[in-house]
Amino acid sequence: MIKLTVNGKTYETDAEPDTPLLWVIREQVGLTGTKYGCGIAQCGSCTVHIDGAAVRSCAIPASAAAGKKITTIEGLASGEVLHKVQQAWLDHDVPQCGYCQAGMIMAVAALLKDKPKPTDADIDATITNICRCGTFQQVREAIHAVAKA
Amino acid sequence: MTTMPKMNRRTFIISTAAIGGGLALGLRLPFGPGVVRAADGSPEVNAWVVIRPDDTVVIRVARSEMGQGTITGLAQLVTEELECDWSKVTTEYPTPGQSVARKRVWGPFSTGGSRGIRTSHDYVRQGGATARLMLIQAAANEWNVPASECSASNSVITHGPSGRTTTYGKVAEAAARLTPPKDVKLKDPKDWKIAGKPVKRLDTLDKLTGKQVFGFDLKLPGMLNAAIKECPVFGGKVKSFDAAKVSGMKGVKKVVQVGDTAVAVVADTWWRAKTALDALPVVWDEGPNAKVSSATIADVLRAGLDAEQAFVGNRSGDARAALSAAAKKVEAVYSYPFQNHACMEPMNATARYTPDKCEVWVPTQDGEGSFAAVLRASGLPAEKCEVYKINLGGGFGRRGAFQDYVTQAVQIAKQLPGTPVKLLWSREEDMAQGRYHPVMQCKLTGGLDADNNLSGLHMRLSGQSILASVRPHILEKQKGRDPATFQGVADSGEHAFGYTIPNLLVDHAMRNTHVPPGFWRGVNINQNCIFLECFMDELAHAAGQDALEFRRKLLGKHPRNLAVLNAVAERAGWGRPAPEGIHRGLAHMKAFNSYVAACVEISVSGGNKVKIHRIVCATDTSYAVNPAQIERQIAGSFVYGLSALFFQECTVKNGRIEQTNFDSYNSMRIAQMPKVESIIMPSGGAVWGGVGEPTICVAAPAVINAFFRATGKRIRSFPLKNHDIELV
Ligand code: FES
Ligand code: FES
Repeated sequence: MIKLTVNGKTYETDAEPDTPLLWVIREQVGLTGTKYGCGIAQCGSCTVHIDGAAVRSCAIPASAAAGKKITTIEGLASGEVLHKVQQAWLDHDVPQCGYCQAGMIMAVAALLKDKPKPTDADIDATITNICRCGTFQQVREAIHAVAKA
Repeated sequence: MTTMPKMNRRTFIISTAAIGGGLALGLRLPFGPGVVRAADGSPEVNAWVVIRPDDTVVIRVARSEMGQGTITGLAQLVTEELECDWSKVTTEYPTPGQSVARKRVWGPFSTGGSRGIRTSHDYVRQGGATARLMLIQAAANEWNVPASECSASNSVITHGPSGRTTTYGKVAEAAARLTPPKDVKLKDPKDWKIAGKPVKRLDTLDKLTGKQVFGFDLKLPGMLNAAIKECPVFGGKVKSFDAAKVSGMKGVKKVVQVGDTAVAVVADTWWRAKTALDALPVVWDEGPNAKVSSATIADVLRAGLDAEQAFVGNRSGDARAALSAAAKKVEAVYSYPFQNHACMEPMNATARYTPDKCEVWVPTQDGEGSFAAVLRASGLPAEKCEVYKINLGGGFGRRGAFQDYVTQAVQIAKQLPGTPVKLLWSREEDMAQGRYHPVMQCKLTGGLDADNNLSGLHMRLSGQSILASVRPHILEKQKGRDPATFQGVADSGEHAFGYTIPNLLVDHAMRNTHVPPGFWRGVNINQNCIFLECFMDELAHAAGQDALEFRRKLLGKHPRNLAVLNAVAERAGWGRPAPEGIHRGLAHMKAFNSYVAACVEISVSGGNKVKIHRIVCATDTSYAVNPAQIERQIAGSFVYGLSALFFQECTVKNGRIEQTNFDSYNSMRIAQMPKVESIIMPSGGAVWGGVGEPTICVAAPAVINAFFRATGKRIRSFPLKNHDIELV
């Protein structure tokens, strides 16, 4: 039994407390925008925000997020208005298959919150998500476009 | 080999043709003449085009979207001929069951070999053009005027003399009742307005909000989740497992054997299924392959380098004689490892089985291949089977010819009739049960004459054949030869050798292993381009000549190879001094009917830290349907190919793959991404070239050649991490 606050809503779930947060979000809460890619904190597909910070949700037990504010890709936009990172992704046609992109966008949104005008070095140090389709060139362009706007 | 059924296209057609047409599967097919309707009741003008009353145009796409942009490109081609409003275009997949019921009206579903656009552009444009003529005719009929006085643009039909207008949505119903015209003339690509333009993809928004449902995300009422483990030694079987140990665990519903080779736990959630699976005691009958290792495989391949018997892929003149007469001989042995596709979304499929119906939802590169697997695994006839395609979280060749996960999902669902079961592979399972890039070694021997001209070349391949495992009927026709082994070095065709060398022999000593091979983005051009293009640099070096000049002399009869090579050389500034510390390397090839070349600029620090600053790439794809997407495919292919070059190798120990996840099988990150400059130079002609794969092959050899120039070290085995070379 574990209680989570996701995108402003509270969910009481029957998940075992040591279940990775990723799987509770996907299976008990039922929000599947957050993706599984490795389960061992390598790929970043599962990135969510916990109290505003980017966290790889596959690598922490759900119990560690209880009582905290969790935001997933589904909660990033304000209603119908896309978050500026989502909008830049749309403008720059970033995704290929799209599978990694929720995690990528969540990681970038957190970076831009800390550093609204990141350098290439900031991007390189912070955005370590895997994208097997290889969208990095567009990702970098889109980040700089947001920073300039 | 594993449980993968060997389904070849011939048996599929035979088994499905028997049921004939006229089955209503989702579409509402009329009896006798009449209008075919989409599920929402909108009329089909023809199989490719459905038009809704609000002027929305639904374009049917049979090929699969896995990130490469194919559905957007195909929709552009249909739109171009249809003259409809691009802002009102949406796409839809027909199902394989519908295809069977309608005698494959949409052509092949298979999406591999960079064929999505290049082999279907003609009939999809015909579909668009035919629909346009029918819509115009319907308006003309309504107005009682000759169709020749009417024209269409942006979904509006205008009668020239009177200026009257109507829209596609208004006449679609009447158009759908007309007999389609024959011999429709297509536009000259010079006149394209939507095709050929860098329009935005149609499928982006849902990928940004978490809304897009991947196979992994599917939810069906009453659905259970399955986690699976197949014998890690290929060819091994399940001996026993102790279900009682885990059947009491929370959420667990059933523990099942899957075929001869795997066990699965079915539970209410996947995490509980996986947790129980990890705790399940399983004993494997690993069989004789448990003794195989990378070292034993390498020994077998090495012996093939000098074996008597080999299949000839390309021969002109007398290479052996030329080599023995050569003034200078150069010899080198290269080797290329097994690699996993590591699609971002691991393999998965969802199945629901009852004795009356078997349905499967699956991200697949080949809906018809999936359908064939469902037929076979369910034992049901085609009219009782259906497959619903889902967009893929990456394919790269893993999800086309191989439908092992579909077979497994059906085998599990059969043990829980009526309950939908979603089978998800863990990343570890995905790493252990790949269909791997084949292993290959290559011994190259080149001869230079007294004037340092290349007088002879022998390229002996020794290694695994993909087709021997996947399409053995092709080998039967070729007296045992696998023609695909020679991709990029073949005597003719879409993968023709790019040089003229007076005495040439390319041959293949086939050495198959127990590790199942597969089509891995680019397939055999990956290693063949490294072998050939690195060795050309070795020869140029031995001849004391510039790498570009040495190549140019052999390219007189290959103007399109030469053109792309010249284009990258010129853009990158080959022949002019590079900035301090920067070293350049080149490579080119003809692949999938496109001509591709790359020039890279790297620097090397500390002798082993490689920074790739820039890659200039040129591709002549004959036609460029969406240049923006081609650029993305080029950059993406470099991420895939360079990840392989630097990091990726699947090694074999005790018959199984050692790498288990991205910690032992790394993939490039944004920090390591070079700046990619694309030169898209389509030169037209009757044959269209591919996009998704060709460019992948040129990045690696260009980097290896640049590394030699930077360090004087010639690397001939991969990945580079085995030489302590890092990508920074
Ligand atoms: S799934 Fe969490 S980092 Fe890969
Ligand atoms: S867009 Fe496909 S993995 Fe990143």
